[in-house]
Amino acid sequence: MIEMLIKNGFVFDPLNGINGEKMDIAIRNGKIVESVNDHKAKKIDATGLTVMPGAVDIHTHIAGGEVNTGRMIRPEDHIKDVVRKTALTRSGTGYSIPSTFVTGYRYSKMGYTTVMNPSMAPLGAKHTHEELNDIPLVDKASYPLIGDWWFVLEYLQKGDLEGCARHVAWMMETTKGYAIKIVNPGGLESWGFGGNVHSIDDQVPNFGITPREIVCGLAKVNKMLNLPHSIHLHTNNLGIPGNYVTTLDTMKALESVATDGRPVCHITHLQFSSFAGDSWGNMRSAAEEISKYINNHNHMTFDMGQIIFTDTTTMTADGPFEYTLYQLSGHKWVNSDVETETSGGIIPMRYKRTSAVNATQWSIGLELALLVEDPWKMFMTTDHPNAGPFFKYPKIIAWLTSRKARMATLKKCHKKAQRKSLLPSIKRELSLYELAIVTRAGQAKALGLKEKGHLGVGADADVAIYNINPEKLDIALKYKTARRAFGNAAYTIKDGKVVVKDGEVVQHVDGKTIWLDVKTTEQIKVDEEMKRKFKQYWTVEYDNYPVFDHYVKVPEAITIKASV
Amino acid sequence: MIVLTPLRNFQFPVHAECINPDVFQGKTVAEIASLAVWEGNKQRKLGDLFKIEETPAETPDITINGDASEVRRVGQGMKNGEIVINGNAGMHLGEKMAGGKITINGNAAGWTGSSMKKGLIEIHGDASDYLATPYRGSTEGMRGGKIVVDGNVGSDSGCYLRGGVIIVKGNADPFLGFQISDGVIYVEKNAAARLGASMTGGKIVVSGVAEDLMPTFTVDSVKAKVKIDDTLKVDGPFYVFLGDLAERGNGKLFVSKTSNPQLGPIYDKYL
Repeated sequence: MIEMLIKNGFVFDPLNGINGEKMDIAIRNGKIVESVNDHKAKKIDATGLTVMPGAVDIHTHIAGGEVNTGRMIRPEDHIKDVVRKTALTRSGTGYSIPSTFVTGYRYSKMGYTTVMNPSMAPLGAKHTHEELNDIPLVDKASYPLIGDWWFVLEYLQKGDLEGCARHVAWMMETTKGYAIKIVNPGGLESWGFGGNVHSIDDQVPNFGITPREIVCGLAKVNKMLNLPHSIHLHTNNLGIPGNYVTTLDTMKALESVATDGRPVCHITHLQFSSFAGDSWGNMRSAAEEISKYINNHNHMTFDMGQIIFTDTTTMTADGPFEYTLYQLSGHKWVNSDVETETSGGIIPMRYKRTSAVNATQWSIGLELALLVEDPWKMFMTTDHPNAGPFFKYPKIIAWLTSRKARMATLKKCHKKAQRKSLLPSIKRELSLYELAIVTRAGQAKALGLKEKGHLGVGADADVAIYNINPEKLDIALKYKTARRAFGNAAYTIKDGKVVVKDGEVVQHVDGKTIWLDVKTTEQIKVDEEMKRKFKQYWTVEYDNYPVFDHYVKVPEAITIKASV
Repeated sequence: MIVLTPLRNFQFPVHAECINPDVFQGKTVAEIASLAVWEGNKQRKLGDLFKIEETPAETPDITINGDASEVRRVGQGMKNGEIVINGNAGMHLGEKMAGGKITINGNAAGWTGSSMKKGLIEIHGDASDYLATPYRGSTEGMRGGKIVVDGNVGSDSGCYLRGGVIIVKGNADPFLGFQISDGVIYVEKNAAARLGASMTGGKIVVSGVAEDLMPTFTVDSVKAKVKIDDTLKVDGPFYVFLGDLAERGNGKLFVSKTSNPQLGPIYDKYL
């Protein structure tokens, strides 16, 4: 029996309403418990330190085909960030697309214990899980890309939502996935023929349905299956000036699906979907319009997709968008059509303060996060590595919690972007309590992970302890100290084991891979017709397709009872 | 001034970015001897691999006497001073150099002057592939400074050039000046295929035979003289080609008219 007691820390646990109270956290066998034997338990003295639940990242591209291809095309990205092996940790390379082990170490150093890989082409599911197996110290899960999957489009075309739901349940098991990911619905199918969709009412070629029907249909399917997370959506027209209209249309379309007050959709990297104007020349922030809608409605959650000014690599299943970026930058690029499932694109990107567009994008992300009043709706991400590498999160924390920090950065930005930015008018600074919501509690709640993101009895013993004394340090003023503290956790505890101490990895632990075992009343039969389609349209036979149980090193299946 | 002499033939590559006037500045011979270098996967001291002597002469700051073809990254990022190598030099010599001078009395290996910003590199021999070209995958080419090669250069030289001057007194292998956007490359003798492929700006001048001109260049005019830099003007006549049109490029390719009679029947009618 392994017992641990974290003594005297300032605890921030928003899901249990604890705001900086001095208290002890007791751990037994990897779970939080009421109390432990005071003499036997290993003690961690957290006097003067901030104790939070282990952080959760709802959207970060850390594994899979596109990540690996990104690694291959960017040797110049690795050479500037080489990580040597130590007696305990493995060697690797880093920067915008770190190798698997380095990904785990760097997340853990910042106090992260659960990360979600948001785009897994079902055909690449085996590869994705092999990579996830190699990411240590964090629990992880993956969302299969279902929005442009032919079978789903066929079901939606027929209007057979129950059939679609059973198919999606089968997909979750087949790919060992966690949530429904939709990228540019309809656009990826069009991209297979060199086209794209430009509004949520455009027709998808060959299927005669619209992005609106795909999003609403899958949102309903998500409810029928009682999946813990809502649908996870990358909107149409992403990254194009004037696209906030499409984003608002999408949010309005989903109002009809929301009936019980629970969020029905998570719009990811919202910053990229909040551009106003009609060209890059007059592109401006639509954060005001978008946040006004969000403040008046409760059926959605969001994450930031915050820009970091650095050299990074963009990678998304949104092939047509990556083509647009290629036309803008002329940089080397990769684009692919993943058979009947999705597409993909990768292109390196350098976000510059001196670029009016990039600086405006930077401003939009922060404006959204600060103008949305309810922190339970808006989470902190960079859409790693699309808007910046994840290990730059402490910078975003500084910008969110300190007006001084963000004004210092704004001052260095392009003059045009400075004039247009709303940031000077925003006084809000997130407190540590709100920060705990946007970095862990809110994300865990939106993901439906009941044992993550809080420190109540029964929760997983994933704890992050930072060297911040909320009584002595004002993080709004001393943002550089806070940035260092959040970048190098004093302790990261994973499943009741200390894995990071003072920003250094001290123990190797394999993280779990969480997936959904959805029990429908009637299971889908993989019939001859389906196998025939596999033979006809895929490059692999059906028998080689599913991710079998032995592929997942430390599986953690969550059983869900569906209502169909 | 410090004189380094290799104590033996190196079987494995030696990574010695510490051989740099900025690093040696103000250090005693003993301190220099204790600088860390990697030989293969073993960390060693500079003194284990080189005989290190101090002489009273002022310049150059560092001299390497002997074969240094396995000694990589000499003068990497150097800002001041002068290095002379009496023998062959290793890869990545003067990479990202920002000032000063390097002279090689021998041949230079790959990636010499890679991504350099300022300064002068003189190679009194041949240069291998990737002269001045950035590290694999990177597009941050040479920005300024000057490289002079007395002999020939290998393939993929001067790629992604954004400024500065490269003068080659011998021949150039394929893909010279791939995707350059600014700067000048001058080849006194012949240039091989794919010359200036994907260039969007800058100048490439060939006084010898241009083996195989890309079809994506269009002839613009004939010029009698071309300016290479403030000290050098080359007599022609030269065909002036614009391209690479596949990249909507605005680069200028000057090819000697007298050395390339084969171009006359194809291009003269468009002038």
